[in-house]
Order: sequence, then C-alpha cells, then structure tokens
Amino acid sequence: MTADLLYSEVEEELRASVRALLADHCTTAAVLARCEGPAPYDPALWRKLAADLGAAGLHVPEAAGGAGASLRETAVVLEELGRSVAPVPFLGSVVLATTALLAACPADPLTAALAEGARTAALAVPLSTAPGSAFPAGVRVDGAGTLGGRITAVADASAADVLLVPAAGPQGAALYAVEASAAGLGVVPRTSLDLTRPVADVTLAGVPGRLLAAGPDAEAALQRALLTGAGLLASEQLGIAEWCLATTVAYLKERTQFARPLGSFQAIKHRLADLWLETVGARAAARYAADTLARGDADAPVAVALAQAHCGALAVRAAEECVQLHGGIGMTWEHPAHLYLKRAKADQIALGTPGAHRASLARLVDLPAPVSG
Amino acid sequence: MESELRERTAALLAAHDPADTDRLAFLQARFDAGLAWVHFPEGLGGLGAPRSLQAVVDAELAAAGAPGNDPRRIGIGLGMAAPTILKYGTDAQKRRFLRPLWTGEEVWCQLFSEPGAGSDLAALGTRAVLDGDTWVVDGQKVWTSSAHTARWAILIARTDPDVPKHQGITYFVCDMTDPGVDVRPLRQITGEAEFNEVFLTGVRIPDAHRLGAVGEGWQVAQTTLNNERVAIGGQAAPREAGMVGVVAETWRARPELRTHDLHQRLLKGWVEAEVARLTGERLRQQLTVGQPGPEGAAMKLAFARLAQELSGLEVELLGEEGLSYDDWTMRRPDHVDFTGREAGYRYLRAKGNSIEGGTSEILRNIIAERVLGLPGEPRTDKNVPWKELPR
Repeated sequence: MTADLLYSEVEEELRASVRALLADHCTTAAVLARCEGPAPYDPALWRKLAADLGAAGLHVPEAAGGAGASLRETAVVLEELGRSVAPVPFLGSVVLATTALLAACPADPLTAALAEGARTAALAVPLSTAPGSAFPAGVRVDGAGTLGGRITAVADASAADVLLVPAAGPQGAALYAVEASAAGLGVVPRTSLDLTRPVADVTLAGVPGRLLAAGPDAEAALQRALLTGAGLLASEQLGIAEWCLATTVAYLKERTQFARPLGSFQAIKHRLADLWLETVGARAAARYAADTLARGDADAPVAVALAQAHCGALAVRAAEECVQLHGGIGMTWEHPAHLYLKRAKADQIALGTPGAHRASLARLVDLPAPVSG
Repeated sequence: MESELRERTAALLAAHDPADTDRLAFLQARFDAGLAWVHFPEGLGGLGAPRSLQAVVDAELAAAGAPGNDPRRIGIGLGMAAPTILKYGTDAQKRRFLRPLWTGEEVWCQLFSEPGAGSDLAALGTRAVLDGDTWVVDGQKVWTSSAHTARWAILIARTDPDVPKHQGITYFVCDMTDPGVDVRPLRQITGEAEFNEVFLTGVRIPDAHRLGAVGEGWQVAQTTLNNERVAIGGQAAPREAGMVGVVAETWRARPELRTHDLHQRLLKGWVEAEVARLTGERLRQQLTVGQPGPEGAAMKLAFARLAQELSGLEVELLGEEGLSYDDWTMRRPDHVDFTGREAGYRYLRAKGNSIEGGTSEILRNIIAERVLGLPGEPRTDKNVPWKELPR
C-alpha cells in the first residue's frame, strides 16, 4: 500500500490555524445562540475561514486560482469543522460544488471566485444522494434554454450565491450554473433535523442558467463531487466522534455518583474503550479515503464506501453515547450534545447511508448478494 | 545505515550460500552478522539500527531463498522472552540465551498464569525461597503454550508473601529440564492439547538465572506482557488476510449458501476487518516516523472480536457442513493452525483470542485508564500483604 495515513506537518499547522479560528469565533455557546436566531449561518466566520485562511481553495489547483494543496488538507479542515459543528457552508460550497466545477470546467471564472471565498455555491442535489446514483431528472431544460423543476433537501443552498444544477438538457445530462438572484428561482429553507447545516428546497420556474458541462462530462462531474463529498464527510464524522468521546470522558472524570467518579465504573469504562477503538479505526479509514481521493487512486471508490460504512455509524454512536452518559444534562437544550447528535444523524443519511455504502462494497469487492430468497 | 545493511546482507549471502548451507548454520551466521534483529545491540544479533530497517534485510534474504527462523514455533521466545532479557538481563544472560533463542535451537515458554491468577496475575502463589545461592520453587502454572517442547521458561514467582501482592514477585529463567518440572497436557475446547499445566516441585533455579532485582518481578513482567500484546496484533497484512479472507472465499465459491442475513453480516465484518487492517497500517506508519500512538492496545481487542464474529459466521454459512468437525483426536500441536483446519476448529479456537494474552476486559481497562485517563476502580487489595488477601 502506498497510501499515507498520517498527517503531514503542514496539515497539522493547518489544523492548528483552523482550530484557533474556531476557538475564537465558533464556541458552542455561539453556535447554540445562532441556531435559535433567524440566520443559521455565520457569515463572518465563513469569510475568515474561506477567504482569510484560504480554506476554500485548498484543493483547487493554483492555475485555477486556488492554493494547489489537495483533498487531504481539505479533509483536515472538515475534521475541525465537525469537532465544532460550525455553521458554515463548507461541505456544500468547497467540497460538493467546487469539486463538481473543477471536474466540469476548471477554467471557469467561478472556480477562482469560489477558491478565493469571494462567492459561495451549492450543488443542487438532495444531500441524501449517494455516489453512483442515477443522474437526476427532476430539473428539465426547455426549448428556450431555461430550467424548470424542483430539488429537495439541498445542503447549504440558502447560503449560496450560485447553484450548480444537474438537469436533463437537450443532449441528456447537463450541469448548469444558476445565480441565486435569478428570477424564477426559489430557495425555501426547511426546518432541518441538523440545526447547524440546514437544507432547503429549490424550485426553478423558467430560470436562466449557464451551461457548464453536458453529456458524460456532466455525469462524471456529478459523480466526482458525490464520491469526494462522501469520502471527505468521513473526516467530519471523525471530528464529531472525537469531540463526543473527549467531552464524555472529561465529564465522567468529574461527575460523581455512588461516592465515586462515574468514569471509574468498569461498565462505563468498557463502553468508552470500545468507542475509542472505533474512533481510532475511523481515523485510519477517513485518512485512507482522503488520501486515495487526493491521489486519484483506483481504490478510491472502495476507500470511500468503507469510510462511510464505518464513520457514518460511528459518529451517530458516539453522539448517542455522549447524550446517554451525560445523563439528564445530555437531554437539555443548553448542553451542546444535541447539536452533535443532530449533525451526526443527518450526516449518516448524507451522501449515502452506511447500508447504501455496504451495498456498494458488495459490488466493488465481489461479495454479491443472494440471487433470490 | 540502509546501504550498510544491504552490503552486510550481500556479504552474508556470499559467504553462506543458502543453497548449500545447513539451515541452522545459516541462521547462526546471520545472527553473528548482526542481521537477526537489527535494532538489537552489536554482538547480540543486531547492529543498533532502526527497527524499521529489519524489513530491508528480511526482503533481501527472502529474495535469495534464505531459510527463516520459524517465528511461529518460537514466538514466545522472540516476542516475549527476548525483549525482556534484552532490557533486564545481565551481560552473561544475554550472551547465553539470545542466540539459541533466535535460531530456534532453544524453544521458550512462559510460566505466568496460575489456576488462581489469570487476569489478576499479581495474585500468583507459586513460591520461590532462597537457599544459599539457589531459589527453590514450588507451585502450579497453567495455559502454558509450548511447555512440552520448551528448553527454557520465563517464570514469575512470589518471593515475599509479607508485602502487597505487586511488590513480592521476582522474575526468573527456569530450566524446563529440571527434574522438578512436570508438564501435563491440558486438553481444550478444540479437542487438542495446545496448552499445558506445569507443576513445579522443588525446582532449583540458580540466582544467576534471576532477571531484574528481587521483588521487582512485576515491573519486569510488564515488559513481557506489553510485547505479547504487540506481537499478537501487530503484523502487516494485505486486504482480506486472515479470517475475513477465508469467509469471503467461501462466499464467492459457494453461491448456493448465500442468504440475505449472512450477506449483511459478512459486509459488516468485511468493513470492520478492513478498518482494523488500516488502523494497523497507520500504527506501523506512526512507528516508522517515530511517533508511536496508543493504537497498539486496540489491535488485539479488534483482532479478537473480528476472529470470533467471522469464524462464527463461517460455520453458519456452511449450514449442514457446519454440523461436522474435522478431528477430535487428542493431539499436541506446537502452533495454532487457523488456516490448516476447518471452520469448526476456527470457531472454537477463536474463543480463546479474547482470553489469552490479556483478556478483552483487561485490555478495555488498560485503554480506559492509560489512554483515556479515566480513574481506576476502587481496590480492596492495595497495601494489603499478599498472605492476608482472600483466596
């Protein structure tokens, strides 16, 4: 195996920068307060992260206006964003939309604008779409070249200046850029399970779009975005799990019941040891997915399905244990555990459930299901 | 350093062509050339080189068709006795024991566990009493792999019953040919006797065969036990190595056996096995760059769980064939043969994976306390002399 599963010095420095930024501008108290306000996203944090720190352009080549690093670095940012459940449109804009655009037409001026953090985009597919799904047919291009249709549960749509819309065009599959300000475009926020990454329904009624790619190019761009999104989401799930485990361990060292710290009870210790074991595995799986995606390794589809099958379930389990082992406090709105549970559960559905990814693995590694029965 | 090792390896091969050199003679020459375990000191089979460079030597020797030293049969000596002797032994002990240990001329076993001291190993009751410059040992040990083939044993025994249990233990090298050593096969769940009971009656051990200071055997034993866990979970492996590969091959070859329930469980097991493999790979990469992580403690735990899940799945997959067993004959094998036996054997033998070399419960305690920093459980045996503890 040639995969590098460690973090480079540069990656650790990047992590420290992102963590310092989040410590200053994204405390859990601030995230909680924002969730209850009218604007779930934190535009000031987003500007600092995407533009000032340069996180939006890490995996964009220098020729296209980015930093020329790789998806490995972007994955490290996602770990830290997961650890803080930061309310920023990083997954939608930097991971999904930017990757689709890079695959479709990297020289497009929009690429540089996204990489600089000057503009924000979203990929107009339901967040639940798994890699390998059929090209969506919900949006159609009419004879006049305008788009019509509806897409539900789009991540980060309400924070986007521009939407990348897969559509059924005159030559089949097509990918369009649609300005958020365009007449006929509706972005209706849902009441989302995940308070810190809202989803919205997008409606298009005769909306003008700019064609980015058509036919197999459009299909490949969408698949590349979905595969990359699923693979890098594992790093966010790792960050969620690590926060939940660390927070729970810290609490159980302090909290006393039966005249002993709760963390001294063997039944509790063994649960946390098992959780730690799975988290250690998640780090290896998430790094493998990021590394194979970054290098364009042929094993990337296996790595992504593996990482999602493991990390998606792990993040949920870590968040559920966090709520349970905090006792009554874990059920309160004031304690941030619920934000992590909501993000973890939504992430489990995002870009394919663990079950969907196991089904992918069955095809990829030749472990076929029974023919009948 | 790497080029020097390559030169030394080439010189060894030139002076001792594997094609016409006796196996043992080649292994002895390799040891004397410092290419046995390159991270050991010069004169003791090594060159004080980085441990990671061993792979370079091993690859070149394997390519040249050089004979191996069969770590499967001599695993306890290599994995447990050797690092302990290296750390705590006197110069005389190192020179006497390490060479025949590495070449396999002398097999080692481990006299640690007792009927009343398993996970609570420090409760052991085997006594060693000093008589002049000789220790006289009486007691019983159990679960001793290779005792029937071993020349030497590492042994821990109680030398002071009047102090708390961890303080009164001393570590020895025991001569298994001593007339007071009685090895009896212990037939187990698989039908064979891979382990033994060892009865020690008036066994005389010279003080020169003590490892470490009197009363400090527990600290010495920690070196042995930590190395045991690394040895069990630490090997590099390709995808689908081990139990998961066996089940996957059966699945591919026998479509008529497939069910939806088993399919889901197989995929979950496959994911878990591959995640464990990558975790081990990540640990090895950390070790190579000198940043050892605590993942080593996790590997044996993960291995045991997987081996049990997948071997159980395999028996179920085989359906009617799973009702048969290959051989109940009482035998005394010198190693565990997971892949050479049938599914029923794998299923039964894997039950021991969560018990031998530290139970999964003890490993979880170690992770919780040493890695996560959770408080220890309240103890009733602390500061109590061993002889006053309930037994």
